[in-house]
Amino acid sequence: MTAPLHETSAGESTATVVGAPDAPGTPDNSGTAKAIQGRSPWQIAWTRLKRDKLALAGAFVVVFLILVAIFAPVIVGLFGHPPNDFHEDQIDPLFGTPIGSWGGISSDFLLGVEPVNGRDVFSRIVYGARISLLVAFLAAVFAVFLGTVLGIVAGYFGGWIDAALSRVMDVMLAFPQLLFTIALVSVLPNELLGLDGSGVRIAALVLVIGFFGWPYVGRIVRGQTLSLRNREYVEAAQSLGAGRLYILRRELLPNLIAPIMVYATLMIPTNILTEAALSFLGAGVKPPTASWGQMLSTAITTYEADPVFMVIPGLAIFVTVLAFNLFGDGVRDALDPKGSR
Amino acid sequence: MTLMSSQRRRIAAGALLAAATMVVTTACGGSDGGGKGDNGKTGASGFNAAVNKVANASDKKGGELKFIGSQEADSWDPQRGYYGFVWDFARYYTRQLVTFKAEPGAASTELVSDLATDTGKVSADGLTYTFTLKDGVTWEDGKPITSKDIKYGIERIWAQDVISGGPIYLQQVLDPKNEYKGPYKDTSADKLGLKAIETPDDKTIIFKLPVANGDFLQMLAMPAASPVRQDKDTKAKYQLKPFSSGPYKWQSYTPNKSIKLVRNDKWDAKTDTVRKALPDSISVTFTTNADDMDNRLVEGEYDLDINATGVGAAARQKVLQQHKGNVDNPQTGFIRYAVFPQTVIPNIECRKAIIYAADSKSLQTARGGPQGGGDIATNMLPPALKGADAKADPYGKLAGAPDLAKAKDALKKCGKPNGFKTTIAVRNNKKVEIATAESLQNSLKAVGIDAQIDLFDGAQTSGIIGSPKVVKDKGYGIIIMGWGADFPTGQGFLQPLVDGRFILKSGNNNFSELNDKAINGLFDQALKETDPTKAGELYKQINTKVSEAAVYLPFTHEKNIIWRSSRLTNVYTADAYNGRYDYASLGVVK
Repeated sequence: MTAPLHETSAGESTATVVGAPDAPGTPDNSGTAKAIQGRSPWQIAWTRLKRDKLALAGAFVVVFLILVAIFAPVIVGLFGHPPNDFHEDQIDPLFGTPIGSWGGISSDFLLGVEPVNGRDVFSRIVYGARISLLVAFLAAVFAVFLGTVLGIVAGYFGGWIDAALSRVMDVMLAFPQLLFTIALVSVLPNELLGLDGSGVRIAALVLVIGFFGWPYVGRIVRGQTLSLRNREYVEAAQSLGAGRLYILRRELLPNLIAPIMVYATLMIPTNILTEAALSFLGAGVKPPTASWGQMLSTAITTYEADPVFMVIPGLAIFVTVLAFNLFGDGVRDALDPKGSR
Repeated sequence: MTLMSSQRRRIAAGALLAAATMVVTTACGGSDGGGKGDNGKTGASGFNAAVNKVANASDKKGGELKFIGSQEADSWDPQRGYYGFVWDFARYYTRQLVTFKAEPGAASTELVSDLATDTGKVSADGLTYTFTLKDGVTWEDGKPITSKDIKYGIERIWAQDVISGGPIYLQQVLDPKNEYKGPYKDTSADKLGLKAIETPDDKTIIFKLPVANGDFLQMLAMPAASPVRQDKDTKAKYQLKPFSSGPYKWQSYTPNKSIKLVRNDKWDAKTDTVRKALPDSISVTFTTNADDMDNRLVEGEYDLDINATGVGAAARQKVLQQHKGNVDNPQTGFIRYAVFPQTVIPNIECRKAIIYAADSKSLQTARGGPQGGGDIATNMLPPALKGADAKADPYGKLAGAPDLAKAKDALKKCGKPNGFKTTIAVRNNKKVEIATAESLQNSLKAVGIDAQIDLFDGAQTSGIIGSPKVVKDKGYGIIIMGWGADFPTGQGFLQPLVDGRFILKSGNNNFSELNDKAINGLFDQALKETDPTKAGELYKQINTKVSEAAVYLPFTHEKNIIWRSSRLTNVYTADAYNGRYDYASLGVVK
């Protein structure tokens, strides 16, 4: 949540995009043009991104993680054990810690076993990636959608609409999101709208994290819209008789894509951390569903005897967040070369 | 106990958390390591050296005994404290008519005279108890303790509007209709208006019970029955500096930080057969970090954990492997269990299916293993209580493995051969209980019982699982809980859990909502019985009937791993204090 993302630099990014008053040329439609033709801003951005080794490495890890999450059952089928199966033969009954050294890491259990019940840590990390990424992506999509729609409306129409929406955003930003979520989750019923158990929790996490994330997007979009709506090309469209909806969709929105994309990419790691924090505090998915935050929280009781079990989910979160951040920074730099680093 | 559970409430006759359950010494021990485990690295006298026997016996006086704790008392006011460790510690600065014997293990549960010359003369009908006070028992200012001081102290229990929180057994037994309004609203000149207690002279005190209760002496042994002198009663502030009748008096106290007790030179050892009073002073330090506390104990900065809730999971392995000689592993008298509300799972065969399908070995591991968790329990009476039968194992749980055939058979009889869905309710602030719930969920899966785990706010226990309506609405078919008795008898342990008349709308502890006329009737009989052995027979019958009703799945008879500093002398665990050391007997080398 929070981590306000360089509103100023996103604001400056208009400079690059203004050159394309119409729909942003995607690499596809500019590809049809001749070689002499100037490159579209997207092509320029793509070239810049390709030069950024760190961002590419981040992108590679992100793609890898997404594939892992999608193919979790296959991967676990090949290299692990079902994530919720107990393997108490791997546990020293006296202490509840893994019998093997290094948290019970072996060729059979690639990342060791969980203390007390002996569940396969590798499988739980792989399945945990699903929860983390699913919640983070859906929440980001939800926040970006709400933020864009409301931000563009506030910025374009101005007046009381702007005043009202801006105050709402202020209120949302001041809201104690974490506490609210913990309270909300504890009163949620077990079954709701055909979802049960962890389904309810995942839906709740997505909605809550997304809902509290939109004002950050909304503010940036509103600011951008404010600066764009008086541009010549917008006035030109107006004087040609274009309707408001047309202007919003065809003239303004395309020029907002870049900052929105930057923001969305950088929002995902924040969401991953929020989900982990909520799971850590017991407001995440229900046991026995695996999630990284919950594994960390379980590891606390045995960290002295079995530090490996704490390190592994910690590393998973760290690597994921770092990869998304590197990638997000690269995207921002590519779209907004003037932004200060 | 209560330590970790944030709610403790008096419920009818049963207190939620508690203090004095006994633990069997030999029958169920498993804890008789003698000196075997001593690795010789320290000066301590070996693993379990202080369990049921005296380690480092000594009469040497002097030094400072240093307690550390992660949990402050609910109150140090003798009439208000309900935490088990407070009852143990309170003997430093309070005395009672009768108290627990200064002996290790089960012998500690025997009651001996303290302020009184004997353990009381009981009338044939069990309704009148008469005590005579010893000569030479005094307050910390040298004035004699009188029978009126004792009566006044007990009367304070009635003032629940001013000093709440303590056990109210005496109020329920002496004044069941709650007619007396407490000393602060007492209109009589001497504020001694309670009719059930008479003090014909300063040395004699007579209790008149409306209905006999075989456990009345147990209630008189609680700190709540300690004397308080009227001119020293500061009401709600009394907990900040109780006026001492015991061997130590309060020198300084900063709540949540520290306590310092020093010798009470007016206390006369000749009048006291129980308290050794070896150290010159006693200090208590409170910290908020339990893991840090364990480390400081190991480093020798402090002598023992006043809460005695056991070394945390983080330090357990280190302590057991490197410092085994400084570890004791006593039973606490608690049973950890799952209970099945009958409103949610009405069919007894379905409940039996859960019991048969549970893997008691896996549950024991989840509780912390045989040392950190305790021995596998098979029925609902702690082994040391009169009437307990450790061999009673109607569902074959000692085998340590699930009985899938019987579980499936029971499911068929229940009409749900493919299993059913239910919900396990577990406190969200107890990692061990969550682990237990996951273990149970995992083994139930094998017979098709799909149990969802619902974590509820552990601070709201009395309003959530304590409310039969909420339990039904939420569909809690399985509740994970634990229980220890306030005093070591079947009444103290079982009655709040299984007597149908104890079902409450809120703060309920009879989660199964068992309401069986035969069981209720047996309790009435047992309560009147003044012979503990005969009462035990009745509790045994009750326990059998509870097992037959298939509403409880006991996991373990809880054990704690507690740290014993090498400095401690004359140290032994007392069943009367939930396996804690008998604090009043402790000394230190230098």
